[in-house]
Amino acid sequence: MTTTDTHGPVAAPAPVLIRGGRPYGEEIADVLISGGRIDAVGTDIASPPGAEIVEAEGCVVLPGLVDLHTHLREPGGEDAETVETGTRAAARGGFTAVHAMANTTPVADTAGVVEQVARSGEAAGWAVVRPIGAVTVGLEGERLAELDAMARSRAKVRVFSDDGKCVHDPVLMRRALEYVKTFDGVIAQHAQDPRLTEGAQMHEGIVSAELGLTGWPAVAEESIIARDVLLAHHVGSRLHVCHLSTAGSVDIVRWAKQRGIAVTAEVTPHHLLLTDESVRGFDSRYKVNPPLRTAADVEAVRTGLADGTIDIVATDHAPHPRDAKDREWDQSAMGMTGLETALAVVQRTMVETGSLTWRDVARVLSETPALIGRDEDQGRPLAAGSPGHVLVWDPRPLSIVDPTEHASRSVNSPVAGLELPGRNRLTVLGGRITVRDGAIAEG
Amino acid sequence: MNDEPQRKRVLGPEEIRRALTRIAHEILESGHGPDDLVLLGIPHRGVPLAERLGEQVLRAEGVDADAEALTALVGSVDITLYRDDLRGNPTRVPGPTRIPPGGIDGRTIVLVDDVLFSGRTVRAALDALSAIGRPAAVRLAVLVDRGHRELPIRADHVGKNLPTSGSERVHVQLSESDGQDAVDIVRPAAEQERS
Amino acid sequence: MRHFISITDLTREQAISVLATAEHMAGTQSRSIRKLPTLVGQTVVNLFFEDSTRTRISFEAAAKRLSADVINFAAKGSSVSKGESLKDTALTLQAMGADAVVVRSGSAGAAHLLAHAGWIDQPIINAGDGAHEHPTQAMLDVFTVRRHLRPGEDRAGLDGLHVVIVGDVLHSRVARSNVALLTLLGARVTLVAPPALVPVGAAAWPCEILYDLDEALAAGPDAVMMLRVQRERMTGGGFFPTVGEYARRYGLTADRAGRLPAHTLVLHPGPMNRGLEIAGDVADSERSVIVEQVASGVFVRMAVLYHLLATDAREDTR
Repeated sequence: MTTTDTHGPVAAPAPVLIRGGRPYGEEIADVLISGGRIDAVGTDIASPPGAEIVEAEGCVVLPGLVDLHTHLREPGGEDAETVETGTRAAARGGFTAVHAMANTTPVADTAGVVEQVARSGEAAGWAVVRPIGAVTVGLEGERLAELDAMARSRAKVRVFSDDGKCVHDPVLMRRALEYVKTFDGVIAQHAQDPRLTEGAQMHEGIVSAELGLTGWPAVAEESIIARDVLLAHHVGSRLHVCHLSTAGSVDIVRWAKQRGIAVTAEVTPHHLLLTDESVRGFDSRYKVNPPLRTAADVEAVRTGLADGTIDIVATDHAPHPRDAKDREWDQSAMGMTGLETALAVVQRTMVETGSLTWRDVARVLSETPALIGRDEDQGRPLAAGSPGHVLVWDPRPLSIVDPTEHASRSVNSPVAGLELPGRNRLTVLGGRITVRDGAIAEG
Repeated sequence: MNDEPQRKRVLGPEEIRRALTRIAHEILESGHGPDDLVLLGIPHRGVPLAERLGEQVLRAEGVDADAEALTALVGSVDITLYRDDLRGNPTRVPGPTRIPPGGIDGRTIVLVDDVLFSGRTVRAALDALSAIGRPAAVRLAVLVDRGHRELPIRADHVGKNLPTSGSERVHVQLSESDGQDAVDIVRPAAEQERS
Repeated sequence: MRHFISITDLTREQAISVLATAEHMAGTQSRSIRKLPTLVGQTVVNLFFEDSTRTRISFEAAAKRLSADVINFAAKGSSVSKGESLKDTALTLQAMGADAVVVRSGSAGAAHLLAHAGWIDQPIINAGDGAHEHPTQAMLDVFTVRRHLRPGEDRAGLDGLHVVIVGDVLHSRVARSNVALLTLLGARVTLVAPPALVPVGAAAWPCEILYDLDEALAAGPDAVMMLRVQRERMTGGGFFPTVGEYARRYGLTADRAGRLPAHTLVLHPGPMNRGLEIAGDVADSERSVIVEQVASGVFVRMAVLYHLLATDAREDTR
């Protein structure tokens, strides 16, 4: 389905037999992928002729991961990332689908741009690219973009976001929430009160006080989330909260869910792992929006993810060229890469701490993100008949993260130099192997 | 190979006392009374030596060696900021400079140090003096002259000439700072040898 | 010491050692020839991304009195204002053979970045980075206080002294460096500011925070440091309703100064807004050491340059 090759007919990929792994980290079962779909899951599956056999003892088998929050930077930011390099990074991270954020140049606020992004993804062929449409024209926060046209385009956009900027005008937010009901869309809000965060450089607290950096208060996120869940309730629409980062935000979303409000929320790997203490060395790799918070916030988002208040992990993969980061803190770009280290961080922070099982990981990194994005081909069960999107993950090896080995064009990884667990043994996209033993399967 | 430094006593308390008495008389015999004389010790061990010389000078002149008289006669001049070897060494914290109230202009200065070696310390002291004022003359008194001069500098008053090798160290102890008066030659163990 | 970036990098021993050296530097500055040959042949670059004539000329005087050559690299009108990055500037200075770089920047962490990014190998001296730190200002403030209240004690700290710092703490690198240095040396510190000008998170600082100046002054502090106020922060939509209201609540008036103990010193980093944070009569009074602070600045900066440059750089890599 994604192996479009204009140079000639494409041979159907050989069947893949994954032998001896544990689907969802549970009972050992073989998984046979053939003809682009999962053909069988069970014990002692015979290898069909010509099949590639992958020995997966000790490995976890998961449905291909789905990222609801990726910045691919194309068009306009090709010095940081392209659809080609970004989807290679996705595949190395175990992802089979990514949702590409709209803050490109030009902004993805028309059917033309979202269709171009989707086409670039098909041409690259390393992961399905689902474009996210802008909520407002040019991300200016002034008038709605043509959401319906994007929804009806070939790109079938269902997620809309001004990410990087908040839809802060309450009337505009209300109209957007109302409008997407017509095609079962969702508004993914970057919750940040702009007035409370003018010039903000890092989390406002003990560390910002010491470093003299302008603070980004937790309340600037929480007040917008509180407003938005009430708006979503009022108009009966779906709200998704991007990169939730504070303990107060977790409380608000928990409260909203208890009231039956249709809100979903995501947390990033970096907010699960890192705190504002990292900023003390003024290393701009740790500059991100929303900022790294306190240890108490990290604890709260982990708890929220474990108890289902937070629905998914999304990377907010935000590549930047070196020149945008080799600067004074207040002049550096905000953002971190994440696609290639997301699962390792989730294993370290959630699985190894006993907070999530591997089946939960499949839920928060594949099934629910696909559901929020209304992506019916992704996040399907590991069962006969499902699409052939599969990840084989070996949780045992430890390695030091070296971003220069990453497929991403950018190296602004906040976990560079850290020892993290796990290794991607195999990513299969629509029956075709995209990653074998951590390396892109070229050709 | 010998790994214990070898130490040889060359001057004891009595010899040091006699050397300083002789130097004090030499200074007076060179034609200067306490009125136009200033003794400036070079920190750190030159300072107590200058004070002892000052007492001897005053006593030889029949003057009461009280604090006031000593303050007028004896001071110190730190040379750290005038050294030419700062960059190659750990940070040296400057020592005290104290110029007697009468100043140094038109007076005869006797610089006092414990050991005269390369002459670079004295060169730095001369530079420091020229920033402070314009003495009539500058003389140099040292407890030990161990040779190995690198600059055209000589002492006017020497407690003891001590021929040494370049690798040996002259270790001066004074009761004010070290609890006893002694001058030793220390020959370092081969592997501890340092310049 | 390899660099002089932040008071929080210093031990008490190191801070006192620099202060002691500054005293010796002060002693040399009453000589008929004030120039010392100590740093002859070395080049100090003043890299100023923010206008600050006072701090720049203070560093320049300090370097020149130690016989260093001085290159002033002001960002205004240079390639920096045309978009050249700190990185490219640093690489240029490295290639030119600077022996030390004094950097002033509006960006917190700029000096830290220069010292640690690997662009330049030379000692870096922080002459103010955003609202983060201004460590030589704190050293000169402490030097001045110590001369008056601990005279003749070369190795003394400020144990037992009480210092009140008044004003816009939120935006003040001077306040941050002073809280760190004063407490390192054993003084008790009280910050006084309107709540909007106290950083969220400052409760974790090792000092007392009050909103009422009269209450703070009633404790009879040994020194009062007034911070400079930016007028534009005191007007509509800003941090305080009006300049006048600020002056009434937080200005050091002659009346307030008159209630202080006789020995209490008044300091101000300059430039002053007379009649706003400090009354002209107080600035010119006996207890004011504001002019003396300027002289202290040169001695302290001579001492810092001496500790960083008149040494074997390999000896200590902290």
